[in-house]
Amino acid sequence: MTFSPELEAKFAKMIQNYPAGRQKGALIPMLLFAQDEVGSMTPELLEEVSKRLKVKRVEIEEVIGYYTMLTREPRGQHHVQICTNVSCMLTGGEELYQHACKKLGIGNKQKTADGQFSLEEVECLGACSWAPAMLIDYDFHFNVTPEKLDGLIESLKKTQ
Amino acid sequence: MADPITLTIDGRQVKVPAGTLVIEAAKTVGIEVPAFCYYEGFSLQAACRMCLVEVEKMPKLQPGCTLPAAEGMVVYTESPKVVEARKGTLEFLLSNHPLDCPVCDKGGECELQDMTFRYGAGESRFVEIKHHVDEKQWSPAVYYDAARCILCYRCIRVCDEGIGVGALGLTYRGVAAEITPSHGDHLECDECGWCIDVCPVGALTSGTYRYKSRPWEMNYAGTICTHCSDGCKTTLSVRNGEVIRANNRDRSGVNGEFLCVKGRFGFDFVHSEERLQSPLLRKDGNLEPVSWSEALAAVAARFGEVKARNGKFGIIGSTHTSNEENYYLQKFARQGLGTANIDHHRSGDVPALLDALSGKTGKLATSADLYNAKAALVIGSDLAQQHPFLAFQLRANFRHHQAAVYTVTSGVVREEQYAAKSLHCEAGQELGTAQSLAEDLKKHGDLVILFGDAIRGQAVRQLVEFGESLGIPVKYVCLVDYANSRGAMDMGLLPNLGPGYHAAPAVGLSRDEMLAAADLDVLWVVGSNPFKTTAPAGTSTFTVVQDLFLTETAQRADVVLPAASAYEKNGTVTNVCGEVQRLKQGPKVMGTKSDLEIFGLLAKELGLNLGIWTSDKVFEEIRRTVQGYNVPLPVIATGGAAQTAAVNGGVPQTGKPEYIRSAGDTLFTSGTLGRYSKMLNRVMEAPGQLYKP
Repeated sequence: MTFSPELEAKFAKMIQNYPAGRQKGALIPMLLFAQDEVGSMTPELLEEVSKRLKVKRVEIEEVIGYYTMLTREPRGQHHVQICTNVSCMLTGGEELYQHACKKLGIGNKQKTADGQFSLEEVECLGACSWAPAMLIDYDFHFNVTPEKLDGLIESLKKTQ
Repeated sequence: MADPITLTIDGRQVKVPAGTLVIEAAKTVGIEVPAFCYYEGFSLQAACRMCLVEVEKMPKLQPGCTLPAAEGMVVYTESPKVVEARKGTLEFLLSNHPLDCPVCDKGGECELQDMTFRYGAGESRFVEIKHHVDEKQWSPAVYYDAARCILCYRCIRVCDEGIGVGALGLTYRGVAAEITPSHGDHLECDECGWCIDVCPVGALTSGTYRYKSRPWEMNYAGTICTHCSDGCKTTLSVRNGEVIRANNRDRSGVNGEFLCVKGRFGFDFVHSEERLQSPLLRKDGNLEPVSWSEALAAVAARFGEVKARNGKFGIIGSTHTSNEENYYLQKFARQGLGTANIDHHRSGDVPALLDALSGKTGKLATSADLYNAKAALVIGSDLAQQHPFLAFQLRANFRHHQAAVYTVTSGVVREEQYAAKSLHCEAGQELGTAQSLAEDLKKHGDLVILFGDAIRGQAVRQLVEFGESLGIPVKYVCLVDYANSRGAMDMGLLPNLGPGYHAAPAVGLSRDEMLAAADLDVLWVVGSNPFKTTAPAGTSTFTVVQDLFLTETAQRADVVLPAASAYEKNGTVTNVCGEVQRLKQGPKVMGTKSDLEIFGLLAKELGLNLGIWTSDKVFEEIRRTVQGYNVPLPVIATGGAAQTAAVNGGVPQTGKPEYIRSAGDTLFTSGTLGRYSKMLNRVMEAPGQLYKP
């Protein structure tokens, strides 16, 4: 399979960052960026990465199974991740997550019917000082309230 | 090696080489530090936390499996703190364990069971519902029960490092973590089943053995695998006369714990429904079951009549029968029947090698040499396919000692993954191509050269000349096909050579010449299937076949005598490296007789005096008469291997090399035996095309 010229260029540069014989190290970033473009960890994608980095298929399976940011299920155009770990839970993370479920009409690791949003309840995002915290795609949001969440989702809907 | 260091373990002084791990240092003085994930010879994991030990001046307990011993270290392996930690570890390992020991295959030989018995987490503080996952079938050979798995990574490491396939991985995390096979829901691999054997619990179970028996209800017979010529020790688990498992957990034999799919699962031909269990005699054109006495009388009558009128015999021996049987058969032929026409399917030019090495000693490599040599050169053989154990030895040598492996083959072989240099050439160009590696090979301290049937006749002598010109110690292995191919030659199943490669009184016909001879009066085929590829020329030849199955050859025979397989008899066999090892009878198949017994009864019927036909007596005679076979009895009696060179001097006539050809078996085929093994045919990798794991 082939990727967009931009992504190919990115990969070419990325592989240079690793010493000879250790290109395997590029596995996680490569999977992540490829997932952004392809949408999920498709079998063709695994095959391609396995070939390029000379990594066994089962080693990639190990990585995908371990890291929740890599997924076999296609996500929505925007992926909403809400933390419900201790600090966030104490400051309303649970309520925020419940609100998001209601607002989007979906549950954990589900996708809206129009494919615009997907939702995931996650563990610590490393932002305990500004809890509750959430991620939308690669954008980080802190001290989130249900109102702020509504606003973010509405603005994303408008930009479509 | 650096100076030894001294440490104290449980109050005892221990002296070990620097770099030794605490767990190994403890072993040297008989102290067992329990561990699940630690496995000798493989990479360190420190995953199970079972081997924690207390070390003075270290604030926390340390894993003994990754802690190198240091000078003056004081270690306690059974202190109250350690025992408490182990109890906690077990409580944790058991938190999701189904505790279905009464029905688990591993019950009775389970390391987790033993440790729980020893450190006793009798009750658990966990009240949560156990996480359950249904068991999965990965292949006909391998099943996985994730709930029982303690995630020790042993299976992953033996598959990746030991076998070089790497078909297993560990996916997901926390309570959901489980072992995953190479293709999501199924395995595509060598199907060697080593993962099942190393599993310390009952998570990986064997397709042939699961839910069939308890380990204490079986008898165990340590014998030699009857498939390829590598001579791996395999221990048959026999219940009510039926083999239900084969493994080598006691690591006896040349192969340690290694077995390929044939050694571990390929025993099932023994109980095939198609086994012959009664002699067959041709009556009115049809083969009909008759009694042993009737069949033997019919054979003896014809043999006697043909011998009396100086008729022409042809005898084709087997590459699966024992040394005793082969020796007795050639004696039967030469002394009893007075014929020189005796041969077998030759797959490697051992006589030429022995002749070329005439007068030199220590030139034949043992299987252990493959693990210890600094370098190895493989010529014209796909070792991983045809000699799985030799391939394993080379891979282990590379892994542990960074040995330099060179390959010269016509196609891609698995050794290339780690080989120092691999050359491809047209078939027939192997010798010249190998010679181009001279400068590379000279760099190494010593070398083992392994060559297949591509190098035969004059080429063997040229290869030895080349090897000897390198100026470094070189040892050789002439690769042959089957369990006792080497023994068949050593015992004189050759038209021109008797036992020990002495010149035979007369030179007879080769196997191919016998098949082409139209005037043979009798063709006696023992454990071989020549008619599969070549139709016999003789139309009025009286054909006697001794075999396990009604093969293409047996179908055309006049008398068929049902023989016992190598797993059903005692005796000795000689592997590809010339190592003599003992066969031990496991099961018994009703109606069959060992080939030796058949020879003996026939000799008696004919009134020939060829000596007592028990394997021990014949072996005594072999030890007396065949040079090199005077091997130390205690070594082989206790399941060891003794290397022999049946000749050290010129071989008078090394025979016709043009008749030497390998059957070209692969990992999943094994001549006739392989055809009747259900497991070898059921695995998806069968029938043995080269697959790329």
